[in-house]
Amino acid sequence: MKLVLDDDQRGLRDAVRSFLGAASPLPKVREGYDPGVYARFNGELGASGLIVPEEHGGAGAGFAELAVLLEETGAALLPGPFLATVFATIALTRMPPDKELLGGVAEGRTVATLALPPSQAVAARVRGEGAAVTGTLERVLGGAEASVLLVPARAEDGTEDGAEDGAEDGVVMTAVDLTGPGVTRTPLETLDLTRGQAGVTLDGARGRVLGPAPDVADLLCVALAAEQLGVMRAALDAIVAYAKVRVAFGRYIGSYQGVKHRLADMHAKLEQAESIVRYAAWAADEAPDELPGAAALAQAYVGRACFEVARDHLLLHGGIGFTWEHDAHLYYKRAKADEVLLGPPRVHRARLARLLEL
Amino acid sequence: MDLAEYRRAARAWLLENAPSGEEGPGDPVARAKDFMARLYDAGYSGITWPRRWGGQGLTQAEERAFAAEVRAFSLPTYVFSIGLGMTGPTLVDRGTDAQRARFVRPLLRGEEIWCQLFSEPNAGSDVAAVQTRAVRDGDAWVVNGQKVWTSVAQHADWGLLLARTDVDVPKHRGLTMFVVDMRHPGVTVRPLRDMSGKAHFNEIFFDDVTIPDEHRVGEVDDGWSVAVTTLLHERLSISAGVGMGGQKDDPASFEALRRSVDTSDPIVRDELVELHIRTRALALFNQRLAQETRAGIFPGARGSAAKLLLAELTLFQADLATRLVGPESVVGDHPLSYAIAMAPGMSLGGGTNEIMRNIVGDRVLNLPPEPRVDKDVPFKDLKVGTQA
Repeated sequence: MKLVLDDDQRGLRDAVRSFLGAASPLPKVREGYDPGVYARFNGELGASGLIVPEEHGGAGAGFAELAVLLEETGAALLPGPFLATVFATIALTRMPPDKELLGGVAEGRTVATLALPPSQAVAARVRGEGAAVTGTLERVLGGAEASVLLVPARAEDGTEDGAEDGAEDGVVMTAVDLTGPGVTRTPLETLDLTRGQAGVTLDGARGRVLGPAPDVADLLCVALAAEQLGVMRAALDAIVAYAKVRVAFGRYIGSYQGVKHRLADMHAKLEQAESIVRYAAWAADEAPDELPGAAALAQAYVGRACFEVARDHLLLHGGIGFTWEHDAHLYYKRAKADEVLLGPPRVHRARLARLLEL
Repeated sequence: MDLAEYRRAARAWLLENAPSGEEGPGDPVARAKDFMARLYDAGYSGITWPRRWGGQGLTQAEERAFAAEVRAFSLPTYVFSIGLGMTGPTLVDRGTDAQRARFVRPLLRGEEIWCQLFSEPNAGSDVAAVQTRAVRDGDAWVVNGQKVWTSVAQHADWGLLLARTDVDVPKHRGLTMFVVDMRHPGVTVRPLRDMSGKAHFNEIFFDDVTIPDEHRVGEVDDGWSVAVTTLLHERLSISAGVGMGGQKDDPASFEALRRSVDTSDPIVRDELVELHIRTRALALFNQRLAQETRAGIFPGARGSAAKLLLAELTLFQADLATRLVGPESVVGDHPLSYAIAMAPGMSLGGGTNEIMRNIVGDRVLNLPPEPRVDKDVPFKDLKVGTQA
């Protein structure tokens, strides 16, 4: 088990941190998704291609590196569909390789997203590799920005069914062209201002069958936990810095035990969260037997801890933390949106109970 | 030898040599000493300690790996825990070569038992406020005063003693550290019953106890910096569980509870999931600290966060266990009755949770210090202890 970053991973972290610090500082985060920043992030740093296999133009890295990257995009509250594209890429790397999509993601040409579990499979009329996809997805992460949606689909009667592709239950993964005909996208108002979602209605939308739909739920849990670790670290850093400069009753507020002790508790949570994220990333790369338990642990612990730290970081700022102009609510809202992104948190706890055979 | 191999060898040795239980003929301390000698001879005592003084010269990674293996056993090492975790490392760090040569190897081999003499009735969290006096008398010192919360003192041959040597300077600047002979006729050891009803600790009274100057550790009036070294080792050893025997028999552990409570109730299941989450979170944090140490990153004050989390987990799990088991848990000789009575101890001993939070805030997060009213006042003019 490897819980400490090596030199290469620290180098990756420093490169991503310094890029995002310059290209996407907090004032810019408020302006939302900037495709120009993405083009440089994916081009200069190869961010979107990090886990894409080398033969398809990526870096072929594992989850240990992906966790480092997502921790930094989380800490920077990078706006836009980056996590959505990572989710889609995770699914792409668990299927028969699709040269065009993998290459497009690696080069940063393609913004992709993934219908998140436990969404129902939509319907597809399959003709060879092509498919006409019909169904409604209420909330698609990055659904307004993405050009490709990966969505599991069930072959309709009268079409070639998915069994031909090896899907046991006939559910295949389709890649739907969100820019083509038969697609209606409705951007949603989201609590988290830095990350959009959209309702997507597909009515015979143009798609392709990629292969049997893989179960990537555990891997998504791990990836999200890495982002949450970054959000919580940045929130804690922000309030620690403020506690060193803000004065009340003639003293820095960080000198009061009422503040200091809460910050110490937040630090303790961060230490445990980082340990769990490193463990879960290691399990994703090296220990498939441990992955389900590690993934559920990651969401059950880190998801909650991230919100608690973001919440307390906001509260300890005092009144300024409740204002629109202050950044505290950006972390708070991201933390809450992340905590419930992959389902109500009790599902992760229920999963742990099952895995522990309780 | 890589770490996995080291662990396998350690496990094999423990399976062969660890005693099956607490029961057995004869004096338990004598049996513990016999086991400790075998542990030392096999190379598992003083794993991180310098070879020159009798240690193995390995890293914290091996030590924590061994500690992880030990958790499956109940080793009779309790009487040595203060020496191994606190006073011994202090001597290695701060003692003279003569002191290291005299004391370290017998300590590691369990031939001599150590205790630590810091806390006093009027100096707990504020341990720099100790009032026990050491007065110079030629080549020796004469000690008078009282210590409290002293584990294993009734068996101890030696004690590491923090005493006041100058009352005319502020409190941190008038302390000196000594090695005191616990068999000296002026030393009285009295058992102290704690809230569990048992006497895990002692009160110690010093009545004109003489200490040769060669048993002074560090410079005269520099005892506080030596004490800080000891306390750092204490927190690390508590969080790592080094020398603390095992947790195999913990009646409040996840594994014990899943066997003893009704897990068909979804609320019970969720409570056990919470216990699992907290246990795993802390275990992984401790493993990460061990790996960092192996990679050359010294955990330092972050060990205080691990100790704080362990204290909270200890109380949480005994509390949870009694709530899940119900009325039978608090009557008769139910092991949870004892567990819940002992549980507050971890939040108090080795620095209270509040002190741990101060340390994390001050030394990990580098928050501004609290204003102090005691820093520049001569000790004799300072209020200490409980004042009406």
